[in-house]
Amino acid sequence: MALGFIITFQIAKASEYVAVMRGIEKSRKQTNKVNAFLLLVFLIAGMIGVYYCNERLKGKILGAPASDHGVHIDTMLYITISITGIVFVITQVILFWFSFKYQESDKRKAYYYPHNNKLELIWTVIPAIALTVLVGFGIFYWFKITGEAPKDAMVVEITGSQFKWEFRYPGKDKILGKKYYKQIDDAANNPLGQLWDDPANHDDIYVSGEPMHLVINKPVKLVIGAKDVIHDVGLPHFRMKMDAVPGTPTTMWFTPTKTTKQMREETNNPAFMFEISCDQMCGRGHYTMRGEIIVETQEEYDAWILGKKPKYYAAFPDKDPSAPKADTSKAAAVQPVAMK
Amino acid sequence: MSEAIHIHPREVGHEVHHGDGHGHHHQSFITKYIFSTDHKMIAKQFLITGMIWAIVGGLFSVLFRLQLGYPGQTFPILETVFGSKAEGGLIKPEFYYSLVTMHGTILVFFVLTAGLSGTFANLLIPLQVGARDMASPFLNMLSYWFFWLAGIVMLSSLFIQTGPASGGWTMYPPLSALRQAGDGSKLGADLWLVSMALFIVSSLMGGLNYIATILNMRTKGMSMTRLPLTIWALFFTAVLGVLSFPVLLSGAILLLFDRNLGTSFYLSDIVVNGQILPNEGGSAILYQHLFWFLGHPEVYIILLPAMGMVSEILSVNSRKPIFGYMAMLGSLFAIAILAFLVWAHHMFVTGLNPFLGSVFVLLTLLIAVPSAIKVFNWLTTLWRGNIRFTPGALFSIGFVSLFISGGLTGIFLGNSTIDIHLHDTIFVVAHFHIVMGVASMFGMFAGIYHWFPKMYGRYLNSTLAYIHFWVTIIGAYLIFWPMHYQGLAGIPRRYLEKSMWLSFNQFADLDKMITIVSIIVFAVQLMFVFNFFYSIFKGRKVTTTNPWGANTLEWTTPVNPGHGNWEGEIPEVHRWAYDYGKDGREFIPQTEPIGANESKH
Repeated sequence: MALGFIITFQIAKASEYVAVMRGIEKSRKQTNKVNAFLLLVFLIAGMIGVYYCNERLKGKILGAPASDHGVHIDTMLYITISITGIVFVITQVILFWFSFKYQESDKRKAYYYPHNNKLELIWTVIPAIALTVLVGFGIFYWFKITGEAPKDAMVVEITGSQFKWEFRYPGKDKILGKKYYKQIDDAANNPLGQLWDDPANHDDIYVSGEPMHLVINKPVKLVIGAKDVIHDVGLPHFRMKMDAVPGTPTTMWFTPTKTTKQMREETNNPAFMFEISCDQMCGRGHYTMRGEIIVETQEEYDAWILGKKPKYYAAFPDKDPSAPKADTSKAAAVQPVAMK
Repeated sequence: MSEAIHIHPREVGHEVHHGDGHGHHHQSFITKYIFSTDHKMIAKQFLITGMIWAIVGGLFSVLFRLQLGYPGQTFPILETVFGSKAEGGLIKPEFYYSLVTMHGTILVFFVLTAGLSGTFANLLIPLQVGARDMASPFLNMLSYWFFWLAGIVMLSSLFIQTGPASGGWTMYPPLSALRQAGDGSKLGADLWLVSMALFIVSSLMGGLNYIATILNMRTKGMSMTRLPLTIWALFFTAVLGVLSFPVLLSGAILLLFDRNLGTSFYLSDIVVNGQILPNEGGSAILYQHLFWFLGHPEVYIILLPAMGMVSEILSVNSRKPIFGYMAMLGSLFAIAILAFLVWAHHMFVTGLNPFLGSVFVLLTLLIAVPSAIKVFNWLTTLWRGNIRFTPGALFSIGFVSLFISGGLTGIFLGNSTIDIHLHDTIFVVAHFHIVMGVASMFGMFAGIYHWFPKMYGRYLNSTLAYIHFWVTIIGAYLIFWPMHYQGLAGIPRRYLEKSMWLSFNQFADLDKMITIVSIIVFAVQLMFVFNFFYSIFKGRKVTTTNPWGANTLEWTTPVNPGHGNWEGEIPEVHRWAYDYGKDGREFIPQTEPIGANESKH
């Protein structure tokens, strides 16, 4: 590399001497032509490059969205790509074409053209109209996506901490019990700080170290929190994202429209999984903070949740009705879920 | 020379001061080169300090690109240089995040704020408005030395045991507030905050000085609407800085309190590493509001000087007036106002009230209108010109190209609906590097190539300059264009390895390519630095006072202006700065009176 430097530098120095000898003005004009030509080459090569890049990479971005909101977001994305794409091509072509066409020439004098109010008005109004369209569509979808979750939405709580995700399902009462961070105690089987006084907590199901399970075509409202620093629940396939802020719970909702199985078939990838990525810098393990989601049918989900026991029973084994007489209690726990 | 500063130049500039000692009074090395109060010397100090920081910041990006392009590969030299932080030649996560954080902090604040505004506001404001120096040369000197001090504090954090801050250049709490959350949140974070506080002091002293000089010290005839657009851009930059930096200062001080005095401004309900903290009632989001209330104007603090210089350089080199001076000025003004009203578009997914979000969508996309006006006006300036592709002109054309590309992707991110998917992905990295990082860097290069003859009385080697331009613009697009696709795939920022992710591991070849190109681009920047220092001493000498045939006042000073700039009286101004190609004349300097038969514009 050092050698390359020295050679380049020597050439550059030599070319400067040559220029001085041949007359600065003459060699400057020659260089001007070269640069003007290169600008044109850059435009053409650049446009081919943009096309080539798209051909190479378009297959590697996510594919069809797997949620209803994702469809809206992709629509909005394509509207924006079309409008900005047209503007991009027009303005870049003009920029480099003008540069090439109006390169210095002894034959031409620059045209004194300080302003033209009509032109300026036109290119104030046209972008304004284009942007109004984009803002209109954007806000329309934005309110659809961020509006209240449907009443029948299932609720799942997701909590981030360095560097893992924990989930909580509200159980048969469909209410997440109250919690208080000072009650968090892993040793006492209370990793989320649930307040056991609150009866709503008694049936809440805690899930960690395995995928979150969701039901296809059933809206889900995620209640999002964090224990230590800010994290972010990123769901690239569903095109959803929301920060997890300690002390300030947030929510987001969406409806999964494809099961994991369907995705595996569509992508021809038997190992496919919906992933939860942490999208907010959260410390040294940020890039490893991975979670998984399985989207399945109602029956599959019911079967899965059936195997889960509320954390309450782990904290208070004596309250666990299944411990002495397992059969009856299990049936009782299943019923409400199955009824839905 | 001090008299020149105390006496109002508009009244007196023409009568007294026949060189009563300008340039001839004796100066020691220390007062001339170190504690100088000459705005031109201070500009050079800012520039060279900025360049050193740019090398450091750029080198950091090469290092973390190595990790991204070749994850898991060992580079034994890294262990030699960085010791335990790169044990076995592997870049450890904590080290990676330190590199990323420092790269961002250094480039945004030390290079593109201090290095860019500091250099060109200092150099150009007195020279182009027709003043002998800044309103307060002493404050100006202090501004540089506070910047220097900020740099020293930041630099020292690189050498401490636990390493520099590593929470990202935005330093969001609680991560940056809790020592338990990571090594970078220990002493490094305190040093980062102290350094930033010093930097803000520097920036305020500079900014107030720029505003005062522009408003009060214009020479006779230099009305505000005769100012070159560089000065207008630097003026709005200074106003933005003065109004927004104090907010960051408050944010940083509160964070220091939370870290060291047990307050709970940003902290609430936290269990970190199994330890339950007592803090309740704070809001982590408050910091983000305070940060981005500076952080967004900061983007324009970086961009506006580049826009101003590009307007000037494009006009000079296409030998045509800048098209739509008043529209350019109006759009600068509109951008400056809107810059304050869009900060929450960085926070669409923090749980912000959706209605508030929609207001910020509207205001954000509104910025595209003045930006579009600027682009169209630059294009029309080129139209039917007689363009000389000096290195400065090429970098200006490159700036416009990058500003278009990066500006358009801003329309994606500013629309909250799309931002849900793209927020905090590589798409954002691609967007702001193109529009703010590389574009402003291009503006800075354009400025350096254009005004180097004024700074040092010599030219930079133009062959090296052309190589510099072509490699940099091709490299910039090769690096950042494909990153948009990684972002569309949803890959989050600040992931140093993606192999464990099923959805994000499909770009290994691309990452390698980007790394190789960034090494080449970095090498070419070193070549530029070499050209810079070599040309200071050995460059081709400037033989005429006005080498570019430009209208503005700086080219009426001697080739190597002394302290006080003009040897005789400060010239009077009779016209705007853009009479190029008027009435068949190639250019008409601002100092030339309006002729009797001259056409009006």
